[in-house]
Amino acid sequence: MKIKVAAVVLASTVVFAGCGSNNNNADNAKEAAANTTTNTEQSAPKVENWDEITGQYRQYALDQTDKLVAETDKFVQAVKSGDVETAKSLYAPTRMYYERIEPIAEALGDLDPNIDARENDVEEKDWRGFHRIEQALWVNNATAGAEDYASRLLDDTKTLRALIETVDVEPSLLVTGAVELLNEVSSSKVTGEEERYSHTDLYDFAANVEGAKKIYELLKAELNKQDAELEAQIGTSFDNLEQALAAYKSGDGYVSYTDLKEEDTKKLSQLLDALAEPLSQMGTILGA
Amino acid sequence: MTTDNKNNQAGDSILEKPISRRDILRLAGVGGAGLLLGASGVGAIFGAKGSSASVAAKASSEDRIEFYGKHQAGITTPAQDFLMFAAFDLTTNSIDDVRKLFKAWTEASASMAKGEMIGEVNDNLNLPPADTGEAAGLNPSKTTITFGVGPSFFDSRFGLASKRPAALVDLPAFGGDELREEWCGGDIGVQVNANDMQTAFHAIRNLARIARGKAVLRWTQEGFQRTGGADPKGATPRNLMGFKDGTGNPDTKDEALMNDVVWAQSGDGTPWMAGGSYMVVRRIRIRVEVWDRSTLGDQEATFGRHRDSGAPIGSKNEFDSVDLAKKDEKGKPLIPVNSHVALARGNGSVKILRRSYSYSSGMDNRTGQFDAGLLFICYNRDTRKQFIPMQQKLGQMDALNEYIVHNGSAVFACFPGVREGGYIGDTLL
Repeated sequence: MKIKVAAVVLASTVVFAGCGSNNNNADNAKEAAANTTTNTEQSAPKVENWDEITGQYRQYALDQTDKLVAETDKFVQAVKSGDVETAKSLYAPTRMYYERIEPIAEALGDLDPNIDARENDVEEKDWRGFHRIEQALWVNNATAGAEDYASRLLDDTKTLRALIETVDVEPSLLVTGAVELLNEVSSSKVTGEEERYSHTDLYDFAANVEGAKKIYELLKAELNKQDAELEAQIGTSFDNLEQALAAYKSGDGYVSYTDLKEEDTKKLSQLLDALAEPLSQMGTILGA
Repeated sequence: MTTDNKNNQAGDSILEKPISRRDILRLAGVGGAGLLLGASGVGAIFGAKGSSASVAAKASSEDRIEFYGKHQAGITTPAQDFLMFAAFDLTTNSIDDVRKLFKAWTEASASMAKGEMIGEVNDNLNLPPADTGEAAGLNPSKTTITFGVGPSFFDSRFGLASKRPAALVDLPAFGGDELREEWCGGDIGVQVNANDMQTAFHAIRNLARIARGKAVLRWTQEGFQRTGGADPKGATPRNLMGFKDGTGNPDTKDEALMNDVVWAQSGDGTPWMAGGSYMVVRRIRIRVEVWDRSTLGDQEATFGRHRDSGAPIGSKNEFDSVDLAKKDEKGKPLIPVNSHVALARGNGSVKILRRSYSYSSGMDNRTGQFDAGLLFICYNRDTRKQFIPMQQKLGQMDALNEYIVHNGSAVFACFPGVREGGYIGDTLL
């Protein structure tokens, strides 16, 4: 806040220097300063129970990573035992635990690329994680050569679990994290670029949306107090997107991305934009 | 101000005392602009209230076309350098949402026509700015934003079927049509024109953003013509075939003529459209590769005009009258009967107001040829009596058809002008 106030005062100096009329500068400066003070008062944290909310999110992230470690363990066992079919069937559902909390993982240095990098995202020698194994399973239809990546993946998820314990979840991480999750969908899942070998993009899509929804639900009551219309708009937009996504369910999972027609991906993408736009206004509860 | 302002968001004040995008730069000094915009200078600008207002008025008057008025701007106002056209489809089924959208669009459009930043909050570090910002510091550039609704707006969703104007007909299939779904139709049509392409894009982008959750883009097309800078005298612009296009347009300064040709009248059967106009949009690809290898003689016979002067064949000057009865020494008409001008003009009794722009949309990957041509836009009082009969003749016989293909099409009923305090479509909704 202090830095911001200084910047405003500096800016107003520039304004007065530029407009060339000196008569009222002193008064105007006073007014400007008063405005600034008013704004600062207004922008004092509006939410009383941030600790409770961020604590709940932290618990959610821990739960998801607990499950991620457990499910990755099963996936890794399948890879190591050469069971291609079981490994394939566990791949996408396992990743969902990661995709739900991706913004947190991304805040933890190299962990995200180690777990989730796609080919060419990193140098060949550094490429490991889910997508390296995905390539072996779907392109080579084999687990040979993937065993070592499997072991390291399990280690990486365990490290993630340990580190998340130490993360201090800031309110701003929640607000921007929700939008980031949807941006993830918008930039790679809805285009089928995330799961280029397995085409299980819709699993990631659904998980990212669920992760964003969790944050919305945690902030919902506070948001409703401050901007009920915005809160309702976000709720409706989640409903619309979830409804559209449900049409592509198949068994416990989702249809292959290759089954989607252009009109399907366009519709999903537009519903996603319709949700992400109001969601990006959630920062209003952080104050100015 | 110190006490009164307690409950007043900084952003509210920006609505009370508009600051043009250009003034933000002017007031701040160019170097300070980034700082000012980035660091919440809104409150500070208000300090300078008195002086800023006069600067704003001066800066914008010559470069600004008023959004509000009896008719929508962008129809009979002079054509600007650039076009950004967008068709939208509504995703909401609630007429209340449509009203909200039209109100928000009206407010934003009026601001953009003045060259002002849109929205209230552009300075909160915790929020995405309301205005996307790429037009900050730019002149209004004569921005006009013109809104219309298509036939699908009157389907069962909003209960407006009985309000559909009889003149808003679905176009019949014309000879030579090869329409592609991706460039056709739309619940809403928005024509943005400006003398700056970035400003025009900014307008459509922000309208699309405001619409999120209520409407989505259906198709868009950018367009251009020679700029005012390249042709300060403002001669008739040439299309991509090298010929002058728009010579035969009716005089937009002739109010009686405009009432006859362009503006729907209260007695026309659709009272809510009085003062509005019907827009026809056709995306016409020009087979430029083919055209470029046809002889000048063929080209001139195709248009019925001389390429250089724009004069009708056999005449000297661009605006010489088109005399279809003139014959050569062998008794053949000087202006071929199947030439574009002969067919479009007919007996001269049917007129439309053309406001077309050239387009270039990269390359057709199937052929390696240009995807370039004309985004034909015209306004008329009754499409059934004006555009349709004209295009039926052209579609069947026009010599030009060898070189062009219509691959996009849409019609819109463009609302009458908006009075300040009202909103687009308020005579209908």
